[in-house]
Amino acid sequence: MNSAGRALVKPVEQGVGVFSAMLAVFARDVRVAFRQRQDLLNPLLFFVMVVTLFPLGVSPEVSFLQQSGAGILWVAALLAVLLSLDHLFRHDFDDGTLEQLVLQPQPLFLLILAKTLAHWMLTGLPLVILSPVLGVMVHLDGNSIAILCLTLLIGTPVLSLIGSIGAALTLGLRSAGVLLSLLIIPLYIPVLIFGTGTVAAAAEGAPVGGYLALMGAFLVLALTLAPFASAAALRISMSNS
Amino acid sequence: MWQFFHKLGSPKWFFGIATRFMPWLLAGGLLLLAAGLIWGLAFAPKDYLQGNSYRIIFIHVPSAFLAQSIYISMAVAAVVTLVWRMKLADVFVKAIAPVGLLFTFLALFTGAIWGKPTWGTWWVWDARLTAMLILLFLYGGVIALDRAINDEKSAARAVAVLVLVGVVNIPIIKYSVDWWNTLHQPATFKLTEKPTMPMEMWLPLLLSVLGLYLLFGWLACIRMKTEILVREQRTRWVRELVLAGRK
Repeated sequence: MNSAGRALVKPVEQGVGVFSAMLAVFARDVRVAFRQRQDLLNPLLFFVMVVTLFPLGVSPEVSFLQQSGAGILWVAALLAVLLSLDHLFRHDFDDGTLEQLVLQPQPLFLLILAKTLAHWMLTGLPLVILSPVLGVMVHLDGNSIAILCLTLLIGTPVLSLIGSIGAALTLGLRSAGVLLSLLIIPLYIPVLIFGTGTVAAAAEGAPVGGYLALMGAFLVLALTLAPFASAAALRISMSNS
Repeated sequence: MWQFFHKLGSPKWFFGIATRFMPWLLAGGLLLLAAGLIWGLAFAPKDYLQGNSYRIIFIHVPSAFLAQSIYISMAVAAVVTLVWRMKLADVFVKAIAPVGLLFTFLALFTGAIWGKPTWGTWWVWDARLTAMLILLFLYGGVIALDRAINDEKSAARAVAVLVLVGVVNIPIIKYSVDWWNTLHQPATFKLTEKPTMPMEMWLPLLLSVLGLYLLFGWLACIRMKTEILVREQRTRWVRELVLAGRK
């Protein structure tokens, strides 16, 4: 965190509405992120590199890639989000911003929701935008790519939201990175199953409405429940240090 | 009622009660388990389709039962930890998480042994197997998080949050893998329904399930007692207990 980033914290005084507070947190996170551009690029590079490993490591054959391409992209996106989660609270924790956030009169879970949404916009959304290119590289057809992007669009916010719980729980711990993966990967499995399941169903020509509805349900569930859990976890971690 | 609740929160009171109950739990557990296993392994009729290999259910099913019940009981204890900050609840979670891991592993392991002659393979990516594997991961995560946080109180509460998040996820995981891929037969043993297997198989199974539950109770008590002794080592009653034991 550079000094410019720190100066960006706008004092949120009592009486400020919940929404403007959320907006302030969101705008601040976005602005800080754009001053640390490399951090924005890293998950994307990681995503591309992991996808590259599969044709090289397993098989570059078109039939294999067509069949597993969606799964590979999903796993790579999942890992990229996982990798970026460490940054979600870490810098703010180190420089004390997080403490101020906890002390705000506005409900903490809403502020965390704003933070998490900012995180998704900065990592998940670029992944979604990049995925068609990689989809072409693994020989997916146009329809599959469209469905894949749609599932990633619904799925990556879920990944960010669930991940925020793990990031909050492991905040300030030794070897937080590995621990975070251990805690979060089991919880990511349903999203992965339905994400790739949707694309597989689409490839077979089956209707995908039900799958998408279920993924939407995951999103709603994560949006409503995850911020509470992360707020509780964050309070625990803050009292710990 | 509230007095009982209050008492339950006292490690010293629990220590005494557990000491008194443990021999019964152990004796009852061993007796029932031995009866169930001997009956099941030696006297119960052969399965007409699977032959003798089905007999592993007398270990497999009780382990799988416990693997799930332990997680649920951990979730209940987690709520108690977060809401009432009761010391014993987090002692319980900490003490039984490794036991849950063990039973989940046992269920998977015996299932693999069963799968080889029945399905012709050690492992399939089937709904139930995968869900149990994820349960194993969840237990692993709980234990890892508990060990990573030095402060006892924050560890307890962080673990409680994680356990609750996991419990919300368990049905989701279960249904997602259910729809994803299925080979495992549906549950054969339910207390609420009329058994689909013959009585001579069902009864020993019931005995071994009950026996293993009692043994788990014993194991939970002994592990909780150890944890209590470690945590309360500076208190007077523990010192007196240790000194009395030394004579």
